[in-house]
This record gives sequence, structure tokens and C-alpha cells, in this order.
Amino acid sequence: MSRVSFLSVQGVSKRFGGLLAVSDASFEVAEGSITGLIGPNGAGKTTLFAIASGFEQPTTGRVIWRGEDITGRPPHRLAQDGLARTFQIVQPFAGLSVRENIAVGAFLRHRRRADAIAVAERVAERVGLSAELDKPAAALTVAGRKRVELAKALATEPKLLLLDEVLAGLNPSEVRDIVPVVRAIRDGGVTVLMIEHVMQAVMNLCETVHVLAQGRIIASGTPHSVVADPAVIEAYLGHGAAKRLSGAAHA
Amino acid sequence: MTPRDLLPIAGFAAAAALLPLFVTAGTWLNFMIFTLIICLAAQGWNILGGFGGQYSFGHAAFFGTAAYGTAILQLRYGVNPYPAFAAGIAAAAAVGWIIGVLAFRSGLRGSYFALVTLAFAEVFRVLANSAEVTGGAAGLLIKLDVRPENFQFESRANFYWIALALVTGALVLTRWLERSRLGAQLVAVRENESAARALGVDALSVKLSAITLSGAVTGAAGGLYAQYFLYLDANIAYGTWISVEALLAPIIGGAGTVFGPVLGGIILHSLAEFTKTLVGRIPGVDLVIFGALLILVVRFPPRDIPGLLKRWRR
Repeated sequence: MSRVSFLSVQGVSKRFGGLLAVSDASFEVAEGSITGLIGPNGAGKTTLFAIASGFEQPTTGRVIWRGEDITGRPPHRLAQDGLARTFQIVQPFAGLSVRENIAVGAFLRHRRRADAIAVAERVAERVGLSAELDKPAAALTVAGRKRVELAKALATEPKLLLLDEVLAGLNPSEVRDIVPVVRAIRDGGVTVLMIEHVMQAVMNLCETVHVLAQGRIIASGTPHSVVADPAVIEAYLGHGAAKRLSGAAHA
Repeated sequence: MTPRDLLPIAGFAAAAALLPLFVTAGTWLNFMIFTLIICLAAQGWNILGGFGGQYSFGHAAFFGTAAYGTAILQLRYGVNPYPAFAAGIAAAAAVGWIIGVLAFRSGLRGSYFALVTLAFAEVFRVLANSAEVTGGAAGLLIKLDVRPENFQFESRANFYWIALALVTGALVLTRWLERSRLGAQLVAVRENESAARALGVDALSVKLSAITLSGAVTGAAGGLYAQYFLYLDANIAYGTWISVEALLAPIIGGAGTVFGPVLGGIILHSLAEFTKTLVGRIPGVDLVIFGALLILVVRFPPRDIPGLLKRWRR
């Protein structure tokens, strides 16, 4: 376990008026890993992503990436530095074709249109969108739009990819289709940090999982150790649930 | 940009360039030149509004700045009209950049941006109406001195070809934009600014480039206007009429497309001229027609004339 700390979130808090959305959260993402960030609804996962990707400033705390303090650096600069994100609510460029959508990401590292389009088409192949390239992004199914969201971020050629619920709203067979895509992305050299509710995928994909509840990191470890953690069970199912569950198992 | 991208533009320019050989009546040439000037102003609006989705209601600020720049440099400083025209365009681009910095830095979008641009144009109009350098309410008269080296021509056809050359230049510029990284990023900002920023698009600098280019092109229309009519006052240069024309033509002809502003400009002015010959010169009747056409066009997506024709064909 002596892998270099790649992304390190250190004591990050975020306050919106009277609401403490994230409270002193610290965790690490190892280079080359697929790391999960899970937690009940409203735990502050998306806020934490927004802070890591530069869309929000933390009230306190720091985000260190590859030894550099990137707290508060604007999103477009982080993308240039190799940190890309997707959005939980997909954000396609609705009026554009799938090809043009992905090309916007590719233009980041390729000034010439022909190069950007070529990269876009290669990325589309990786995520299984080759057949949809000419369709308007708005015409795709939810699963298709999730793939476009993934492809746009991938086209920026990131080193670290933050995936915000790319599997939410997909049916089990669509989830099964996309899990290998995410694994292939990591195998292609991109570190992945994913917010996910679909536990089937988390158990399958992630080496390390951090659990956020009410703005705090309450557990970290392998997926199997984390789901057995009483604190995690209580966060999802309510106070005393862990005890009752283990009681039921013994009975 | 490939040669095939430029083919329709070359076709349009060649066909339009032949027109003065058949149309020799002064009033018709006058009409065609005026329409080209409006098309040019509209092409400027289209860069920011059509491609960038930043709807300006105050493109008069650019039109007027270049118009006054062209006129004032000649009249007060004895500069030759050609460099004066170029300087006017540069001044309009600078005004675009300044308005952009003020509006976009503070995050103004949508109707707020529209209102701020309208306010800028109105402030310029009021100032130009009272300042001495702009001739106040009396306006400015550029001295009649008909020599080609003085940007004044015996034959209206020469002026028509110059206007056409500028419109063609703006078409090429727009085509380049459509194919370039800047254009792709600008469209991305129009469609979804947050998503664009997440993909590494520096939204502020992209919008600033767009408003600067936009100001320059609409400025070229203003400078041309001054040089053709040789008279300016605040209500012409900075009047809302030009802001409205500059945005109506692209919206009707197809915002965010290369030929939209030219198509819209030609349709609008042909209609206006047609109505005038039909019902006589009732003041404002052309605006009534513009309004009716706008309502008809935005009633049906994709909200422009080419889209409307496609619907009917189906």
C-alpha cells in the first residue's frame, strides 16, 4: 500500500449559510486506482466534487494534487492540468451532435479541428458511441447521454477523472455494459474517483471506498470492509440498524 | 477550413458582384448598398449572439463608434479615410472588449447582458448628442470630395463592390470561426457554460474574443455607413434602430449559421422595400412588418426562415 498519494483532500469544509455541507473531510486517492466515494443522499459528495474540480471554493481546507495546492483553481485550468469531471445531471451541449460534443473536450489539447474530431471519434469508440456520432446529443437515451458525458471528459485526456454518478438511472444491463468501460479507462492510465450509489458497480470496480455521511468521512477501506462497518450501516439505515441486523443474522 | 467550405461563399460573392451590371438604377443600387451595410452589422451580431448565445441589444455602440471614428479622424485630424476607417473598426473592437470585460467579468448573462449593452449604446447616444467633437445634435458632415483615394466614388457600383467585399470577408471570417477551436468553444459556452468550463474552456476569454470580433465587424458596417452617406448624427450612429436591425436579421435568417445574417438582412429589407412601394411611405411600417415576421418565425422551432421552409416542405 505504498502508492503515491495522487489527490489528497485535507480537512475540507464547506458552509452554505447555516448548512455545513462538508465538514472536515480528508481522504486520499492513489495513482492508478479506482476509488469510490459513497454515502447517503445529501451527504455532501457532489459538493466535495465541486470543490475538487474548482467549481466551488472550500470554506476551509485544501486540495492537493500531485504535490500542488490546487484549492480554488478555476475549473478550466484544472482541466488543462489533467483533472476532468462529469456531472451528476448530464450536461450535453444539446444543439450539437455527439461528435461535436466530444470534440469540445478534444479541442483542449488539439488546436486543429481535424485532430480534435479524430480524437473525439477514437474516444467514442472506447465508450461505445461510434454508432451515435451523428445524432444530436439531445436525442440519445439516458444511458447514451451518460456515455457522452463520460466521453467529453475523457476527450480532454485527463490524468484524474471524477465521475459523478455515471451509472445512476441506468438499468442493470446498462450498468453491466458500462462497468468494463470504466475499468478500461483506468487500465488506460487514468485514475478514477467515482461517486456512486450502484453498489454492484462499486463492489466490482473500486479498490478503495470512502464513505461520506452528513458531510464527514465516516469510513475508508476496501468495499467489503466498508459495507460491513457498523457506522456505515447506521448511516444508511438509521441508528441501531447495525445491531438489529447482526441480531437478525444470529437468530 | 477546406476549399469546399468556401465554395458557397465564393458562389454568393460572384453572383452578387454581377448584379450592378444588370441593375443600374440609382435607387436600386442605393437599396442594395444599404442592405449590405445592414448585413455586415448583422454578421457582427451573429458572432456574439448567434455563435456565443450572448444576446446584445446594443450593437449600435460598435456601429456608432466606428462611424464617428471614421468621420472625426477625417474632419478634425485630416486623416485619409482609409486609415480612418481602419481606426474606426479598431475603436469599435476596443469598445467591444471593454463592454465585455465589464459585463462578462461580473457574470452578466441573458437579459441582464442585453440590458447592459442597451444601456451602453444609449449612454453613447446621449453623449454623442451633446459632445462637441461629434458635432452635437447637428451631427457631422463629411466633406464631399469624390476621389477613389478619398473613399468616395463617382459610381455607386464601386461602393457596392466594396460593401460586398466586406460582407464576403465577414462570411469567410464566420466560416473560419465555425471550423475553429474558438468557434467550438464559443458554441459550447452558448449551450452550457458550466459544462464547457469543466472541459477546459476559459469561458471569459472566449466570450471576450467573441465580443471583440463582433464589435469589429459591426464597426466596419458603421464606418462604411459614414463613408457612404457622408452624414452622421447621434440617432443614426448610436440609435436603437441599428441595434434592432443587427439582431433581427440573424435571428430571422438563422442565428449561429454562416449565411443567416445575410439571408435575414436581404429578406428584411426586400420586405420593407416591397411594403413601402405597396402602401406608401407610412413612417414605421417596415418595423410593423419586421415585428410580424419575427413573431411568425420564432413561433416555430428551429425559429428561423430556413427552419420554417423545411417545415413547410414536409
